[in-house]
Amino acid sequence: MTKPPVLILGARSDIAKAVAHKFASLGHPLQLAARNATTLAADKTDLELRYGVSVSLHEFDALATETHEAFVASLPELPQIAVCAVGLMGQQAENERDMQAALRVMRSNFEGPASILAVLANHFERRGTGTLIGISSVAGERGRATNYVYGSAKAGFTAFLSGLRNRLAKRGVHVVTVLPGFVATAMTEGMNLQPNLTAEPSEVAQAVARAAEQKKNVIYVRPIWRVIMLIIRNIPEGIFKGSRI
Amino acid sequence: MKLSGWGRYPVLDARTHRPRSVEALRQLVLAEPNLIARGNGRAYGDSAINTAATIETRHLNRMIGFDSDSGQLVAEAGVLLGDIITAFLPSGWFPLVTPGTKFVTLGGAIAADVHGKNHHKDGSFRSCVDWVDIMGPDGEIRRCSPQDETILFDHTLGGMGLTGVILRAAIRLRPVQTAWISQTTIAAPNLKAAIAAFEATLDATYSVAWIDCLATGSNLGRSLLMLGNHAVPANLSPDQAQAPFQVKPKRKRTIPVDFPAFLLNRLTVRALNSLYYWRGARAPSEQLVDWDSYFYPLDAVLGWNRIYGRKGFVQFQCVLPLDRSEAGLTALLAEVAKAGSGSFLAVLKRFGSQNSAFSFPMEGYTLALDFPVTARTLALLERLDQITINHSGRFYLAKDGRMSAETLHASDPRAVDFCTHRDNQGFTSRFRSAQSERLSL
Repeated sequence: MTKPPVLILGARSDIAKAVAHKFASLGHPLQLAARNATTLAADKTDLELRYGVSVSLHEFDALATETHEAFVASLPELPQIAVCAVGLMGQQAENERDMQAALRVMRSNFEGPASILAVLANHFERRGTGTLIGISSVAGERGRATNYVYGSAKAGFTAFLSGLRNRLAKRGVHVVTVLPGFVATAMTEGMNLQPNLTAEPSEVAQAVARAAEQKKNVIYVRPIWRVIMLIIRNIPEGIFKGSRI
Repeated sequence: MKLSGWGRYPVLDARTHRPRSVEALRQLVLAEPNLIARGNGRAYGDSAINTAATIETRHLNRMIGFDSDSGQLVAEAGVLLGDIITAFLPSGWFPLVTPGTKFVTLGGAIAADVHGKNHHKDGSFRSCVDWVDIMGPDGEIRRCSPQDETILFDHTLGGMGLTGVILRAAIRLRPVQTAWISQTTIAAPNLKAAIAAFEATLDATYSVAWIDCLATGSNLGRSLLMLGNHAVPANLSPDQAQAPFQVKPKRKRTIPVDFPAFLLNRLTVRALNSLYYWRGARAPSEQLVDWDSYFYPLDAVLGWNRIYGRKGFVQFQCVLPLDRSEAGLTALLAEVAKAGSGSFLAVLKRFGSQNSAFSFPMEGYTLALDFPVTARTLALLERLDQITINHSGRFYLAKDGRMSAETLHASDPRAVDFCTHRDNQGFTSRFRSAQSERLSL
């Protein structure tokens, strides 16, 4: 029995790669989409050798929103599952000084991902099946001084996913919001993260595959993050604004 | 960050890097004053730690090509042996040589020139390596093989990463017809009987003995010798033969916390050893065992290194030449039994002949023991070192985390040539580990 294809957007990131390995190991053919997609040729070979699934590479620029409709039309087959792992952390200090840098972070984490998922959502809705998975962030749960530019864009993306889920719930299309907490990736390398709060990309991938199968709505990868964010969301603003979290 | 080997001793504060491309790796090799590559951290001691720069190869872990006629796999150094099995056992291929854990990387297996239970038949890991791509101190990549750049090849197999950073390799896998091993167990009441049993069964593909190192007197060296051969479909039950490569996945157990050190003491270890021996001696001598349970029994207990408590443990593994083996093993086991520091895992294995620049194996018997780290066991290990040297034996660097440079150089005259080669090639100043500094390599 051949399984339906999985599209991975922003396929170069560590989380995306782990997700690709997970779905390939379950027997799903993959469509990997990223800028300079041909540079993923070694990953394509690796995935095909390890799991015996077919992998195709697709040129995709999340910020070139005007190309998104054509991108989806160009896919060899409309995927059953689409995972959006597009994102850019940037440097908060730089984002405070340089609005162009800040806008790039906002567009990479909100505008681009929302645009491509919106296009896919319409296709899935017409077909009446499909699962959309957005990798958002706990940073979007409350703006903090240390990363509110990134966080605000993720907040927008989280709200977008929530609305999309609400809209499509009765149309056969499921939407998963992933809030991974700390993950040991290239993006966080060199940051001093608490080991027991930090997931490996493979844990995120495992959680994503499970969420797709069990139709979960909002997932945190390590359960402790649900508690942490519950607390952080409920700190009164008067106290929060003076704190250093 | 705090870094240690699988034995969790010693623990050192080291700066680590995780390059994601060959180019990023090259920048590190050119920029860092000295460094060592690290695979999955399964060497027991400090082989893969450089406090200034430890280069983790975990992201350089892609499979590059597989020839289904010859069984040759080309892969990056960070690929795990377990990944290779997962990918290729279903179509009938298995590593030609594997150590006791599948969680080692290809690069690590090459650097330590690991051996398996089939060394007497198939030799060390080197036997399956067609070529290795290695990055030198100048950032250039050289391909070495038994035909080209042979000196680099000879020194890289067993060179503990001290000849450069291993990037890629081509290895040949072994064709197998099933995922099962036909195992035969022979109980040997003492060391003489164990050696006789090994010598009588040299035609078995795999052989290894678990040895009760707390037995004394006429029971000294009491062991269970386990022989194995790859099963063919005719050996399987009709159900198993339907899908000869399918093995039910087992539940993984995890050691969640460090065990308190007192759990492993003379009495508990003695009781466990006796129980294990008598159970093994009474079990049916012929069994069908799946590949995972046969080759990697300890992998089923994730984090088993925590049973030795917070201070970690040290391994001792030596090999003695064939003509000195019985005398040397008798002396070693008597010393261990006298000290009463029961080793929880004690393994005896017959090696076949091997000629290599710096690899561990030589024809004879190898004994592996492990002990929790205490002042007493460290002193015992010094005495075991001396007994080994007195019997012309040498030591396995992948297990070592505490030996002195004098001990190494007294045991292995090849070390001089290895160092000279390193000096001549400009390796000594660039590729260094905590172990190479301790051992003056």
